[in-house]
Amino acid sequence: MAKVIVVTSGKGGVGKTTTTAAIGAALAQTGQKVVVIDFDVGLRNLDLVMGVERRVVFDFVNVIQGEATLSQALIQDKRLPNLSILAASQTRDKDALTQEGVGKIIEELREKFDWIVCDSPAGIEKGAKLAMHFADQAIVVTNPEVSSVRDSDRIIGVLDSTTEISVNGGKMEKFLLITRYDPNRAARGDMLNTDDVLDILSIPLLGIIPESPEILKASNVGAPITISDNPSAAAQAYIAAAKRLQGEDIAINIPTERKGFFDWLFKRSH
Amino acid sequence: MSFFTKLFQRKNSAPIAKERLQILLAHERSSKGGDSDLLYKLQQEILKVIQRHISVDQDKVQVKVDRNTDFSTLEIDIEVPQQTDGNETTNIHIASSHSLEKNE
Repeated sequence: MAKVIVVTSGKGGVGKTTTTAAIGAALAQTGQKVVVIDFDVGLRNLDLVMGVERRVVFDFVNVIQGEATLSQALIQDKRLPNLSILAASQTRDKDALTQEGVGKIIEELREKFDWIVCDSPAGIEKGAKLAMHFADQAIVVTNPEVSSVRDSDRIIGVLDSTTEISVNGGKMEKFLLITRYDPNRAARGDMLNTDDVLDILSIPLLGIIPESPEILKASNVGAPITISDNPSAAAQAYIAAAKRLQGEDIAINIPTERKGFFDWLFKRSH
Repeated sequence: MSFFTKLFQRKNSAPIAKERLQILLAHERSSKGGDSDLLYKLQQEILKVIQRHISVDQDKVQVKVDRNTDFSTLEIDIEVPQQTDGNETTNIHIASSHSLEKNE
């Protein structure tokens, strides 16, 4: 049975697109068939983070409006053949997405893929609501920072009230993913720690992704961070989070600071 | 550039990021409304010409682009059923390159 997951947060810039690419790729790396969808009409970026920006021909809106078929619009990843992406339209206005159109496409995708990962735009407007509407599960991406936690709380409320599953009396499964976690600041007590955030939001924790220069490098070159022969701590955290989504019971690792000689030397060099 | 930076310099990712952005933005700026509209029209017109002679299933048409600095390539692959018996198929492959400058 295909699973539809929305990656959402309310707040912008917390790492939704990075997370969509990383989780999508990590799921595909286990051999499952995965499609990632960009719902940010007018401001698409998932194509860029995935490194397929030169190959986008048709987008989500083209498919909804019948100008292209789904198979024409899906772009297959060259590194992971069982990972595909459906780009958002860069040119149309946000109203081009309709609930009926999105529903039809998700239905069609459910037959072709094991996982459908929806990258939500920021905010709680139409685009964000459409991204979550047909989801079975939600990943709430949160930075350990007051405004992000507040917006996450808000989005959890929206997930529980406007989505198809909640309207039909069901319960949306929600997971918290803490990103941009800085072990140094946490150790100094200058950052909300994991327990603080979990206390406030009270949804199960999917993982903690440490702040990492590797994330910027991955988006620079257009490769999901988990695609690496030598995965960084952040990549490993994403791989573990994807395994937890697949039902594996893996202990969650709270990132800690390592202060080896090489780390020190390295810090100096940058 | 300090001694340490040089010492630890591996393959940097920022130049790659810059090049990717330059290519992408050149295309997005030059074709108002993006070039998906152009590609859509091209595909429709090419299909119409072919459909005058043979029937083509919309789902058997694959359009590919690759945007580059100086030129882009457009490829259209059409799978058409053989006239004699329905089982065999032939592929029509149309490829073209166009430069950015000519489009403006």
